[in-house]
Amino acid sequence: MFLQQLINGLTVGSVYALIAIGYTMVYGILEFINFAHGEIYMLGAYLGIIAIGLLTAMGLGNSSAFLLLAFAFIFAMVFCAFYGVTIERLAYRPLRRAPRLAPLLSALGVSIFLQNFVMVTQGTRNKVFPQLFAQNGFDLGNAKITYIQIMILVTSILLMVGLTLFVNKTKMGKAMRATSQDQKMAYLVGIDVNRVISVTFLIGSALGAAAGVMVALYYGLVNFHIGYTAGLKAFTAAVLGGIGNIPGAMLGGIILGLVESLGAGYLSSEYKDAYAFIILVLLLIFRPQGILGERLKERS
Amino acid sequence: MPALYLDIVGKKRGVNNNIILKLEDVKTSYGRIEALKGISLFLRKREIVTLIGANGAGKTTTLMTICGIVKNSGGHILFDGEDIKEASPQKLVRRGISQVPEGRRIFPRLSVIENLEMGAFIRNDRAGIRSDLERVYSLFPILRERRKQKGGTLSGGEQQMLAIGRALMARPRLLLLDEPSLGLAPMLVEQIFRIIEEIKQGEVTILLVEQNAKKALSCADRGYVLENGLITLEDTASRLLENEKVKASYLGA
Ligand SMILES: Nc1ncnc2c1ncn2[C@@H]1O[C@H](COP(=O)(O)OP(=O)(O)O)[C@@H](O)[C@H]1O
Ligand SMILES: [Mg+2]
Repeated sequence: MFLQQLINGLTVGSVYALIAIGYTMVYGILEFINFAHGEIYMLGAYLGIIAIGLLTAMGLGNSSAFLLLAFAFIFAMVFCAFYGVTIERLAYRPLRRAPRLAPLLSALGVSIFLQNFVMVTQGTRNKVFPQLFAQNGFDLGNAKITYIQIMILVTSILLMVGLTLFVNKTKMGKAMRATSQDQKMAYLVGIDVNRVISVTFLIGSALGAAAGVMVALYYGLVNFHIGYTAGLKAFTAAVLGGIGNIPGAMLGGIILGLVESLGAGYLSSEYKDAYAFIILVLLLIFRPQGILGERLKERS
Repeated sequence: MPALYLDIVGKKRGVNNNIILKLEDVKTSYGRIEALKGISLFLRKREIVTLIGANGAGKTTTLMTICGIVKNSGGHILFDGEDIKEASPQKLVRRGISQVPEGRRIFPRLSVIENLEMGAFIRNDRAGIRSDLERVYSLFPILRERRKQKGGTLSGGEQQMLAIGRALMARPRLLLLDEPSLGLAPMLVEQIFRIIEEIKQGEVTILLVEQNAKKALSCADRGYVLENGLITLEDTASRLLENEKVKASYLGA
């Protein structure tokens, strides 16, 4: 059972990690929690379904499952990247100099709007994500890892490795880290901070969308309110790892997934969703800077 | 219009378009606090000009206004004869203005080399960047040794060197230095001022803000005294060193 819970935990954890990255990247630069980020993940899940629906309508529904899925990923990621950047432009940028509460409320507003928008256009009932892959997989002793789990793990790892390379090796990635460490100095060396912020939302949203597609594929069902719980959990993961810290978000997501899964397996699955919040409360009391967080930021 | 304006100024002062930066009655406020109440100053190409003044006089505000980080509410700033009031900070860096800010502001979790790379953010000439990196390393050999270390782990003096090196990486024509000697041991202060003299050998014009007025005036060509957001004295550095008021207020004599 341990091995099985480990596999399940890693699968869910890598999804949390992908969403958590979006929270942490935005926080790192703007010092604000983008509460609408969970909704981007939800949109990603819907867009994945829509993408496959489109292909099916075009008579391409019998193409290889990998191609369909690849298209679903790209479709959802591109649209959500666009949404994320647009939301920042319209709802957050005008409030950059406003009191701290203002963008937070704006984010809540965006979140409610997106939920309702999807509810109205897609309906309140669960949507079914097409079964692209058979539910079987490999047996590992008395545990089993499905093809979908393998796909989720591999995709997540690739995305996270890609992000890590981007942030550490490219000029834009370094500018992003520089901006999160000292925004005024970033301006002084000539970094286009607005562009950095747009790229941050673009990447965070694209990763959130990928997570949405994966979860939709994993559970097979999507609903307009899935962004809420997943968002809160991923936020917890980001705090757990140290908000603002990208490797921390990855670590936090994985740990959270494992805790949930092992907790469900060994303690009680009734309280599965509660574990995340127990962790959040304990963290805020005992180690608010998270595992990898160095200190809470001060800034002039 | 700006070019014509400069011509008039040039004739008046007996120099011809040799002025790289000119502030004309510049006013800057933070909310209701008016930090600069209308200051005018100019820098000729390849000069070192120092701006001295007590804490809170408005020195940092002057530099931040020139860099476009805070916007002036009145007056004009001419760089190369062009009004730069509306220019964004990154545009100003591109045009050749770099600042070594007060408190160094090293990116603490970027490595030394990454900090230097960020200094060259606006540039795309790889070969030029690489040769400037070598130049910075030869100016500050300790930075080469520490190049893989995080900026935040450096000592104060090393951070100051890194901050200067980072500014040089933009290949500036105008370098603004805000209290580069602050908080450094005397030996390091000497070294920083030696470096400033060395930088001057290049094509760089320097505006040096200092509380260490003696050191600043010894290496500068001219100086301005700023008090409560107003320029109260301007002269050649050597005459300011002899000025009774400067002696009494800033030279501790
Ligand atoms: N960000 C700010 N907000 C409000 N007031 C400021 C700010 N920065 C500086 N000031 C005020 O402006 C005046 C000039 O400050 P500053 O330019 O930092 O002086 P200096 O560099 O000469 O010590 C001071 O009265 C200071 O309190
Ligand atoms: Mg100052």
